[in-house]
Amino acid sequence: MNVTKTLDATGLACPMPIVKTKKAMKDIEAGEVLEIHATDQGAKADLTAWAKSGGHELLQTEEDNGVFKFWIKKGE
Amino acid sequence: MSETKKTNIILFSGDYDKAMAAYIIANGAAAYDHEVTIFHTFWGLNALRKDENIQVKKGFMEKMFGKMMPRGADKMGISKMNFAGFGPKMIKDVMKKHNAMPLPDLIEMAQEQDINLVACTMTMDLLGLQKEELLDDIQYAGVAAYLADAEDGNVNLFI
Repeated sequence: MNVTKTLDATGLACPMPIVKTKKAMKDIEAGEVLEIHATDQGAKADLTAWAKSGGHELLQTEEDNGVFKFWIKKGE
Repeated sequence: MSETKKTNIILFSGDYDKAMAAYIIANGAAAYDHEVTIFHTFWGLNALRKDENIQVKKGFMEKMFGKMMPRGADKMGISKMNFAGFGPKMIKDVMKKHNAMPLPDLIEMAQEQDINLVACTMTMDLLGLQKEELLDDIQYAGVAAYLADAEDGNVNLFI
């Protein structure tokens, strides 16, 4: 996957992962992909809902040793 | 995306934990690209107080109120297990451990995210709080301003 930007939100608690994701999303163009790493247990539900509401596409999620990884493609 | 959605929160409570909940939701809503407003009324106004002692002209009652209420977000008590001020110390320790943002930081982030912080002027008068004592860059309004936002709000909360 062609990742344009990676955001490290590990160790951050709610609502920071979503706030940082929103900020990072501003820096990329529509169609580009943001990779996010988070350790907050709620991040999976949060980022899934956030991406849907904002018209972005959650391409893939992965859990690796307690770190949740997300790839979100920016919507139009 | 279509037209901007609105989140309006009334912060009535002067409890640290409840104010934290309000500010977490507000910051989350801002990340959802909502236009977010927090109306501070009654004890919730204390979240907007500056932590230094500001010299302003006040009557006796207003002075007493000013002394008895927490001066700023960091000095607010918690709604359960306050234990005369020991509770907030404990909860702040736990928050640090879990990397949760302290209330003053949440308020600062709210300002960075252009959340409208509004102080209710009628209750400011009741509690004897003056503009000089509250944070800079906030707005002042009454019930009509709240209703104007609330009637086309998508999320409306009273905390």
